[in-house]
Amino acid sequence: MGVGSFFTGKLDEAIGWARKYSIFQYPFVTACCGMEYMATACSHYDIDRFGAGLPRFSPRQADVLFVVGTISHKMAPVLKRVYDQMTEPKWVVAFGVCTCTGGFYDNYATVMGIDTIIPVDIYIPGCPPRPESVIDGLMKLQDKIAAQAQRY
Amino acid sequence: MAILAELQRRFGDAIVEIHDHRADHTAVVARDALLAVLAHCRDDVALAFDVLMDLTAVDYLKFPGREDGPRFDVVYHLYSITHNHRLRLKVRVDEDDASVPSVVALWPIANWLEREVWDMFGVRFEGHPDLRRLLMYEEFVGHPLRKDYPISRRQPLIGPAS
Repeated sequence: MGVGSFFTGKLDEAIGWARKYSIFQYPFVTACCGMEYMATACSHYDIDRFGAGLPRFSPRQADVLFVVGTISHKMAPVLKRVYDQMTEPKWVVAFGVCTCTGGFYDNYATVMGIDTIIPVDIYIPGCPPRPESVIDGLMKLQDKIAAQAQRY
Repeated sequence: MAILAELQRRFGDAIVEIHDHRADHTAVVARDALLAVLAHCRDDVALAFDVLMDLTAVDYLKFPGREDGPRFDVVYHLYSITHNHRLRLKVRVDEDDASVPSVVALWPIANWLEREVWDMFGVRFEGHPDLRRLLMYEEFVGHPLRKDYPISRRQPLIGPAS
């Protein structure tokens, strides 16, 4: 661009673009899905490409709540509290079929999908989902974040 | 089997039934004599069952041949480190009077085991210091390992403790 040239854009898009590459996740890991989460988070799949390489272990510093693994009724209030502690803007990813629907658990102990407790943005099915599915879900989440209208 | 014979000799009718199928030594004990038998098993030098390996229960609702009998068995698995031998004791309890004396005073490990049996089967343990649910939460209704607990019953979701 030479002197005096310019381009226009929407502030929403600029913020969305910045946010989608600065995903600070809070991994809420309760079960075997955690292994696939760790596989995805390690160097082989390099999710730093998506700006999601730095998990935060405090909900107050995180943007995206990764709910990884079966949630029991006893754990439900804890998950709700962690979600409440996160600051806006925040997104939730349901990782694995147990968090999506309860999965193959249909019993006295298991919550039938975490969307009965908190709102969910992206569902990643699989038992457990392969890292490719996780990255696909992560990219869909990025699209959602980028397209989101901002509140000022 | 010397242990079972010894128990029968000492406690007589309180030992309701015994069997030692393939060295699986089992005695069914009358509830009134349960504490005395367990205390003897722990303290007798020749028995010395110093470990309560497990304490659990079985729901025999609609079990073939036991439709009319007592509904629950509470099961005690004992192990002796000194003698390296084992014994299983059972006590039968009715649904209407589902309670057995607590053995926390004999083996402290029984504290959580009895809480689990109370939680899952609804069998009370008289004299337990703190008989609360162990695995499920306080608001949970019913006892999920009872055979008549509906497998797909939905419990109300509980909110964060305030």
